Amino acid sequence: MSGSTGLTMFGKLSWQAIPFDQPIPLAAGALVVFVLCGTVIWIALKGYVPYLWREWITSVDHKRIGIMYCTLAAVMLLRGFIDALMMRAQQAMAFHSGGYLPPEHYDQIFSAHGTIMIFFVAMPFMIGLMNFVVPLQLGVRDVAFPTLNSVSFWLTCAGALLVNMSLVVGEFSRATWLAFPPLSELRYSPGVGVDYYCWALEISGIGTLMTGINFVTTILKIRAPGMHYTRMPMFCWTALASNLLIVAAFPILTATLAMLLLDRYVGFHFFTNDAGGNAMMFMNLIWAWGHPEVYILILPAFGVYSEVVSAFSRKPLFGYRSMMMATLAICLISFMVWLHHFFTMGAGADVNGFFGIMSMVIAVPTGVKIFNWLFTMYGGRIRYSVAMLWAVGFMVSFVIGGMTGVLLANPPADFQLHNSEFLVAHFHNVIIPGVIFGAFAGYNYWFPKAFGFSLDERLGKWSFWLWLVGFWVAFAPLYVVGLEGMTRRLQHYDRADWHPWLLVAAGGVVLILCGICLQIAQLAVSIRSRDARREPTGDPWDARNLEWATASPPPPFNFAVLPNVMHQEPYWDMKVRAREAGHLATPEPRYEPIEMPRNSPTGFVTAFFAVVTGFALIWHIWWLVALGLAGAYATFVVFAWRDIEEVEIPAEEVARLDRANRAARSAALRREPSA
Amino acid sequence: MSTEALRAGPDPSHIGHHNEALEALPEFTGHGAGGPAPKRIVVGYGFWIFILSDVIMFSAFFATYAVLVDARAGGPGPHQLFDLRNTAAETACLLASSFSCGMASLAVGQRSEKWTQIALLVTGLLGAAFLTLEVREFAGFVARGAGPTHSAFLSAFFTLVGCHGVHVSAGLLWLGTMMAQFWAKGFRQNIRHRFLCFSLFWHALDIIWVGIFSLVYVMGTVLP
Repeated sequence: MSGSTGLTMFGKLSWQAIPFDQPIPLAAGALVVFVLCGTVIWIALKGYVPYLWREWITSVDHKRIGIMYCTLAAVMLLRGFIDALMMRAQQAMAFHSGGYLPPEHYDQIFSAHGTIMIFFVAMPFMIGLMNFVVPLQLGVRDVAFPTLNSVSFWLTCAGALLVNMSLVVGEFSRATWLAFPPLSELRYSPGVGVDYYCWALEISGIGTLMTGINFVTTILKIRAPGMHYTRMPMFCWTALASNLLIVAAFPILTATLAMLLLDRYVGFHFFTNDAGGNAMMFMNLIWAWGHPEVYILILPAFGVYSEVVSAFSRKPLFGYRSMMMATLAICLISFMVWLHHFFTMGAGADVNGFFGIMSMVIAVPTGVKIFNWLFTMYGGRIRYSVAMLWAVGFMVSFVIGGMTGVLLANPPADFQLHNSEFLVAHFHNVIIPGVIFGAFAGYNYWFPKAFGFSLDERLGKWSFWLWLVGFWVAFAPLYVVGLEGMTRRLQHYDRADWHPWLLVAAGGVVLILCGICLQIAQLAVSIRSRDARREPTGDPWDARNLEWATASPPPPFNFAVLPNVMHQEPYWDMKVRAREAGHLATPEPRYEPIEMPRNSPTGFVTAFFAVVTGFALIWHIWWLVALGLAGAYATFVVFAWRDIEEVEIPAEEVARLDRANRAARSAALRREPSA
Repeated sequence: MSTEALRAGPDPSHIGHHNEALEALPEFTGHGAGGPAPKRIVVGYGFWIFILSDVIMFSAFFATYAVLVDARAGGPGPHQLFDLRNTAAETACLLASSFSCGMASLAVGQRSEKWTQIALLVTGLLGAAFLTLEVREFAGFVARGAGPTHSAFLSAFFTLVGCHGVHVSAGLLWLGTMMAQFWAKGFRQNIRHRFLCFSLFWHALDIIWVGIFSLVYVMGTVLP
């Protein structure tokens, strides 16, 4: 870059980047630095660094990576939720006053809230669950590209780190969670906020894209013998659809943000107001990614509900093939509705009509799914465990959110409700009960598989009810004020009839806060009482798919011998046969040594250089950009040069681990009352 | 039943189909149902998916170009700028480099270190020649005051064609690394897999270029 900024060693970076004059960002930044550094120092003092490095940071095991993804999502959920608390507090206070957040800071908060919740909470949580579960459900030992999987995870972390760095060094975007131009162009957003946003999403987006490639390949090419497409568990189907959408949609995001960056960095004219730039093209491009993104998030959650509802109703999933077709129909139609995000652009009645109808059509396969879950429950012996509660809470709430969506799909209605709090209520009503409840259902359902002990049911149920009630108390009022004409993203207002509703909404978010606190308590209590909660067979829920056929936690190789799948619910089939025979369905196999991919620090090191490169790009420190890119390339060369790619687990070790699990299962079988 | 053992027998080159022994397994229907596919299939398949995603990224740039092609802000358009002779030379270089890349594949199949290196070197030189022509063309435009910051059309043109150029540059870096790997490690299986991916990448860049050649250069100059 030219001018004075380009000549200094550190580009645009100076001490002015630290917000010493703004107490709230400074305190928030200090908190983040304190928590991060505190955690790192605590880990170092406890001597956990070698263990973490060996077993987790360099791990290419899909189960470990899945757990790390979910942990990242949980931590970022807290960060995004603090933003939500601050926004609700601001709107509760800002009647006839400025509230406590100045506009430029409030704008950063709602931008950060949306960005974090979608990209660094919902996405990593769903990808984490897929990572952990899909290879187990397919009856195989790992994903197609284990090291690439680790790179994906660490690049997602790099993006999350950049977003959090913006708290301390500089500022975050004020241009909403999708950085709409011309507001996000250099002329109107001259600071580094939009650059933080763009580079964080470019880097984590590459990670997500590689996850998509990895999982499409895994699900289509790596399955246990006999695992036909029509025998794959529904979660694998939804994961496949979701990852196909990632492969087809994320490149559009990469391209769109690249164009915005070219506008900002080198004066191109894609979305500018002058020289022929076309800001509405950004809308089309970003939503051509953005609407499939919604389904990238919700489809795996649908898969979780399918697993949970079937397991806790003790019935096979009702209408397996219709569920499969509905999933693929959603996958396809999700690319034909993007324009409903900007009916008011003025594309004309015919275009709006087409996209309105398509938006209503996509509700049909979703409805098919809802009925399938209901019919799965019908006549089942339902156990209202915590995971099942989340699933039922989802069904009740999501249907309402879906119906307000059908309302909004009607272009004339949308002209009235566009950009109102009604819209805010609608999409929270599908994303929170849809994706977040799904994440929590999956967390409660698969936690015992991941760690070998179950989560506390009583605290789990309390947290569920607080979340459910809190959600409705927080968002039902937004429907009302939206219908009363309140637009979204208001920093202050002077309409007296809105104020009580916004106070109620603030109360709702406090209830959710209590729910989150109880979830933390649930985790803490469960860890402390883990020895009493252990479940030796690995199948605490009497569930139906192959992930429960392994020990909990599963051994690194998952299956001593790849299962031969003969049935749509292979594990249930095994159990039925075992119960009939009175002993385990398969005789002890001849154990052979197993080759597993070797751990590699490639992902972590790549992400380190990605953070360096991203940070340098944001602050225009060009020599550091070159250094970061060279480092990333060198990392790949080192990886490419390694000679040993796999480690062998000796047959005795395989036998030891598998025999222990078989013994536990045999013992449990003997204890059962005979059928 | 050990499917690995079956694979080793009737499917020695790990092509992954026409495996009678596998198809004789109970309930065997179609791909994937016979257990995990061999490594070569998995690697190639994954890379195909990556190429598809890359094509989608290019399609976003193509769409942008189509939207902005008339937004010239009083500046020059395709008729004034493009010289099809230069484009023809670029196309010739790139297509010839794909041919030599195919030759490299054959040489790898023959395990001939010498011919592999020669074919890859020719591929690289032709790629570099392509890049030189492209950079010269770009520099000429900028010198005539038709740089990417002049109009939305030029922004879209430089980005679409430049993105292909960046891919070719990345491909050259990969190619150099690949040559070093063949030299240092020989024809090990995982290196052959990487070369398979590289050749897919290099041919895919040709396909993208055919799109650019037709939609940007030919349609821009031939159509009124």
